[in-house]
Amino acid sequence: MLDTAAHDRLPAAPGVGYKPQHFAQITADPGSVKWLEIHAENYMGDGGRPIAQLRHLSERFAMSVHGVGLSIGGEGPLDADHLARLKHLVGWLNPASFSEHLAWSTHDSHFYNDLLPLPYTDASLQRICSHINQLQDTIGRRMLLENPSSYLAFVESTWSEPEFLAEISRRTGCGLLLDVNNVFVSATNLDFSPQGYIDAFALDKVGEIHLGGHDEDEDDHGRPLLIDSHGREVVDPVWALLDYTLAKSGPKPVLIEWDNDVPDWPVLEAEAARAATALERVPA
Amino acid sequence: MSVTQAEFTRAMMDAGQQVPEGLVDHLAQPAGRRFSVYRNNVAVSLTEAMHSAFPVIAKLLGKQNMDGLAGIYLRRHPPSSPLMMFYGAHFPAFLEGMEQLRHLGYLGDVARLELALRRAYHAADAEPIAPETLGALTPDQLMNTRLALAPAVQVLRSSWPIHAIWRYNTEDGAPKPEAQAQDVLITRPDFDPIPQVLPPAGAIWIRALRGGASIGEALEQAAAENSAFDLGATLALILQGGAITGLESKG
Repeated sequence: MLDTAAHDRLPAAPGVGYKPQHFAQITADPGSVKWLEIHAENYMGDGGRPIAQLRHLSERFAMSVHGVGLSIGGEGPLDADHLARLKHLVGWLNPASFSEHLAWSTHDSHFYNDLLPLPYTDASLQRICSHINQLQDTIGRRMLLENPSSYLAFVESTWSEPEFLAEISRRTGCGLLLDVNNVFVSATNLDFSPQGYIDAFALDKVGEIHLGGHDEDEDDHGRPLLIDSHGREVVDPVWALLDYTLAKSGPKPVLIEWDNDVPDWPVLEAEAARAATALERVPA
Repeated sequence: MSVTQAEFTRAMMDAGQQVPEGLVDHLAQPAGRRFSVYRNNVAVSLTEAMHSAFPVIAKLLGKQNMDGLAGIYLRRHPPSSPLMMFYGAHFPAFLEGMEQLRHLGYLGDVARLELALRRAYHAADAEPIAPETLGALTPDQLMNTRLALAPAVQVLRSSWPIHAIWRYNTEDGAPKPEAQAQDVLITRPDFDPIPQVLPPAGAIWIRALRGGASIGEALEQAAAENSAFDLGATLALILQGGAITGLESKG
């Protein structure tokens, strides 16, 4: 990447998931928001308003491209057409960061539009590393891999999630995207310590942190079942977990994700302002 | 005890199937309701995608009926790519195949119009020619000219008043649709696709242009279908819509 590029890395500052309804306000006064993230798949049309807006925003903000459809954890091979689309998007936009998920979404050429879970075994590790190598070779850059929200576990798993992610990073050279809300959701659902998870996480590999809202439900036994919905404010215990994480990791780019029931801009900006406050407390 | 992704998807898309063994909670008890989160996420997200893709169909049918149809559709035709902006390509034929919707014969073509509007929205940008370029040609030259059309241009033919139905359901105070066949042209002069009713045989003329015919050759085809074909009016529609992106003189 060129050193002269103005937005060649995400700043250790707040960003938000970009929603087209906020275009006018973001370009007029972004407030605390210093960078933007888009879902890759929403910008794979040939032209029109989405691409024009993206071009415009990328001149002003560092951009993060976040894929939600590659199915890196899929049993089958990666979709060659989709790899080519990612290469094209990353090629012309030249974003500061590209990230995807430790999950699968496509099976037998059907796409299920959700991030589905996988077992953490030697076999899945090998498959995921080979997919990540293929992706990184195709787009010509390092990616960040995001930890999922878990609602259940696989009997066959032999790795813990932080160790599994650290090993993928070691083998492929990819960085990690740490979703602190996902940690809180998984820790509640599977009854482990969220701080313990952060302690075990390869924080030196983290290139970005995600925060988002979740919904509350119950399992068959009346125990809490949290669902990663991205449809409301980040809750206080997740903000506290962010503080815990930043104290150990140092400042990082922090993104607010709000994808459903998207609020008016001032509500989203206020969440970014709260992330800015959390970052200010961290010694550089 | 391993769970394959084939087993996972089969159980996810059919709530009548057992949750695969090998999926558990933290006490190694069967996952049960926890698995339903995935069943629910997939159904809800694809149903929402159908609502945003086909707002007029959803309005015509009502939310509850649309939810029900989307639930059947997403199991019969799950997305074949992660580009959700193009999800629903089989929906028009699906609607036409539903016995209980037979009395609403126009639904399929209205759904085709909504699909075409989305294709136009995401189509590649193209610089239109200056309108005076055509005016500089002699009538003979004009007839021997081939036109390149913008990628956003869409043409639909229907035996139903699909433009009027679309307008009535998207525009306050639009007139009530009257029984008539309507062919529709979609152009995208800026970023918003604009559907307009085509004059008789206008669709034939534009499709012939798309196929590489000159203005004169396309005129013959259009006039063969309807002798009242109005070349001037149809040409004006595409010119005003910024739909002409290039001229080429034949031979």
